[in-house]
Amino acid sequence: MPLIKHGAESDDPWDYVEDEAELSDGGYFTVRLSRFLAEAPTLADRNTRVGVRLASDDDVEELVPYLQHIQLIEIDFPKYTDGRGYSQAQLLRRRYGYTGELRAVGHVLRDQIFYMNRSGIDAYDTVRADLPSVLEALKEFSEVYQPGAGGQVPVFRKRHGS
Amino acid sequence: MYRYDEFDEQIVRERVAQFGGQVARRLSGELLEDEFKPLRLQNGVYLQMHSYMLRIAIPYGQLSPRQMRQLARIARDFDKGYGHFTTRQNIQFHWIALKDVPEVLGLLADVEMHAIQTSGNCIRNTTSDHFAGAAQDEIKDPRPWCEIIRQWSTFHPEFAFLPRKFKIAVTAAETDRAAIRVHDIGLHMRQRGDTVGFEVHVGGGQGRTPVIASLVNEFVPEDRLLDYLEAIMRVYNLHGRRDNKYKARVKILVTELGEEEFTRQVEAEFASQKPHEKIDLPREEIDRIHAYFARPDFPARPEVSDTFEAAKASDAGFARWVKNNLHPHVTPGYTSVTISLKPVGGTTGDATAAQMETVADLAETYGFGDVRVTHTQNLILPHVALDDLPAIYAALVAAGIATPNEGLITDMIVCPGLDFCTLANARSIPVGQAVQQVFADPDYQEDIGRLHLNISGCINACGHHHIGHIGILGVDKKGEEFYQISFGGRADEKAAIGDITGPGLKSEQVPSALKRVIDTYRNLRTSKDEIFIDTLTRLGHDPFKEALYAAD
Repeated sequence: MPLIKHGAESDDPWDYVEDEAELSDGGYFTVRLSRFLAEAPTLADRNTRVGVRLASDDDVEELVPYLQHIQLIEIDFPKYTDGRGYSQAQLLRRRYGYTGELRAVGHVLRDQIFYMNRSGIDAYDTVRADLPSVLEALKEFSEVYQPGAGGQVPVFRKRHGS
Repeated sequence: MYRYDEFDEQIVRERVAQFGGQVARRLSGELLEDEFKPLRLQNGVYLQMHSYMLRIAIPYGQLSPRQMRQLARIARDFDKGYGHFTTRQNIQFHWIALKDVPEVLGLLADVEMHAIQTSGNCIRNTTSDHFAGAAQDEIKDPRPWCEIIRQWSTFHPEFAFLPRKFKIAVTAAETDRAAIRVHDIGLHMRQRGDTVGFEVHVGGGQGRTPVIASLVNEFVPEDRLLDYLEAIMRVYNLHGRRDNKYKARVKILVTELGEEEFTRQVEAEFASQKPHEKIDLPREEIDRIHAYFARPDFPARPEVSDTFEAAKASDAGFARWVKNNLHPHVTPGYTSVTISLKPVGGTTGDATAAQMETVADLAETYGFGDVRVTHTQNLILPHVALDDLPAIYAALVAAGIATPNEGLITDMIVCPGLDFCTLANARSIPVGQAVQQVFADPDYQEDIGRLHLNISGCINACGHHHIGHIGILGVDKKGEEFYQISFGGRADEKAAIGDITGPGLKSEQVPSALKRVIDTYRNLRTSKDEIFIDTLTRLGHDPFKEALYAAD
C-alpha cells in the first residue's frame, strides 16, 4: 500500500496490530486508542515504537498526556464521507500541538487530500491515488479563506499585507 | 454589492478546473459513481427525474443585472429557456446536460458566480432578509456578515463532510423575513451599546422532523462570530449522528442532547479555543467587506410623488399592484418592489430568460443595479423611486410578471414535486395551481389578506409546508396521492410548526375544502385587520378543521 508523505512515496515501517494480537518486541506498531491507553504504562519500557490508530468516534483529548512521545497517529476514515477525522486532526495539531506524523488511513481518495492537508494530516496511506495525483490535489487551490493546520495564510490576511 | 478581488476570482476559477477534472475521472471510471456523487453534489449537480439539475448559488439572494443576464443566457443556451428560483434564494436549471456543466460553471465564473456547496453535506448558501439594506426596521445591513460567512464557509477544510447539510440564515430586523428559526443556525443581529453582535439560534429545520431552533447564545459580539460558528460546527461534526441520514441534522443532536447540554458543549469548545486558533478577522477586513454594501446615494425625492399618485388614480391595475407589492423603504420617496413569480396557473419560482432580462434592465435603469431573490421564490427590486413605478409596472406587465399578489394566498411556496423530483411522493405544482384557481379573483384574494400557504410533495418539506399558515403535504397511500392539511405554522419571529388537521384529502377535494376554511375565517375575523393566522390563534383550530372536513 503506497504511503505518501512530504511530497514523496515513503517506506513504511509501521504495522497496525489488532487488539487480540500480541505486540512483538522491536518494530513499529499502531494500536487502537483503547489498547494504547490501557497498556501505556508498559509500552514505554519496551524496545518497541507504538503509535495510535484513532477511530472516528475516539476522543482525541484522551491522547493529550502522551502526545510528546508519540511518533505516529493514524486517523481512520471508514468512509470518505465521514468527516470527523478532520476535526480530530485540527484538534491534535492546533489545540494540542502534536508535531509527529499524522496519517490518513482507510477510504482515502484524491479528493480529500487538499482538505486533509489543510487540517494537519501530512501522510496519506492510499491505494486510490498515486503520487502525481496527490501532488496535484495538494495544489488544487492556491488561496484559502480560513486559517488551518496546514499553515496556508488565509486571504483575509493576505489582503491586508500579512 | 460585493465584488470579487483577485483572490475570490482565483478560487472560483480553480474550482471550475477541479470539477472539470472530477467529471473526467468519473467518465474514465477512475471514480466510482458513489465516490463521484458527493463531489458533484458539492458543486450543485443533482440527478433528477428527467435529467441532471444544476443549482447555482446566489449568496444571500443578491444579483447584479449582469449576473441576471448571464443566468438568462444559461437558461436560453443550456436549458429550455427558463430557470427556477428556490426557497434558499438560489436558482436551479432542471434540464442541463452533465457534459455542459463545466462550461456553464465557466460562464458563471465570468460574472463572479458559482455552484459551490449548493448541495451535499456541507455548509450551504447563507440566506438573509431580501430587503436587507433597504428595510426601515433593520438595525444594520446583515449582508456584510453574510458575505463574511460565505467566505469562511467556502471550502472550509474541517466542515466539508458533515453528517448532513447545514444551512445558515441571518436577519437584522425585528420582523424575521429570513425564517432564521427553521435553519440549522439562525443569526439575529443585535446591538448592545456600541457593540453589534448576534443572537444565535441552533437546530431549527423542516424536513420529516420539524423543529424550531433553540436559543444557544443571546449575544455573540460580531468580532467573535466566526469563532463561535466554528465551535458549533465542531461539536456538530464530531457528535452529530452518522448512522441514519434522517437523524443526522444538527436539530436531532440538539434534541437528543437537550438544549442545555448542547449549549454547554458549544460554550466549552468555544472557551477551549487557544488564541492562535481564533480566526481573529482583522478589522480592516471587516471594514473592507462592509464598504461594498454602502447604501447607494439616493437622489432626494419628495415623500409624495405626483407621478405615482396620478398613476394610482387613473389605472386600477397599477393601484392594485402597488397596494400589494410594495414594501416601505428607509429613504423617503423610495420603495422596494416585489416582482411576483406566482401567476395564477404558473409554476412557482419559474422565470423565463426574457423575464430575467426584463428584470435586469429594470434594475439597471431604475433600481441601482440591485436584484434580490426571496425565500418565498419571488424577485425584488429593493431600491426604486416612487416616481419610476409606472414605468416599471408597464415593463413588468409586458413581461407577464406583474401579478399583484405578494403575501396573498396565491403567493405560495410550492416544491417541484413528483413532476420533477425523484424524492417526491405526490405532485405539488398541479395542486397549487388548482388552489390558486379557487382564489384567483383579485378582490377575493385581497379580502382574504395576508396568508402563507405552502405545499410540499413529500415529507422532506422543500415546499415549507410546516411553516405555512396553511400547509399542504402530499403523501402516497397505496399508489394514490393524498394531501394532509396543517394549520398554524409560521416562519417569522413567532416561528411555529403547523398542526396536522386529520386525514388527508384527495387532490380534487383540496381546493373546495380550503375555500370552506377561508370563508369560515372571513366570517369569524373581528375585522379585516385580523389576518388568518391571528384569527386561528385567537379561536383555535377547531372551527377551521370542521370547515375543512365538512361535506362538499
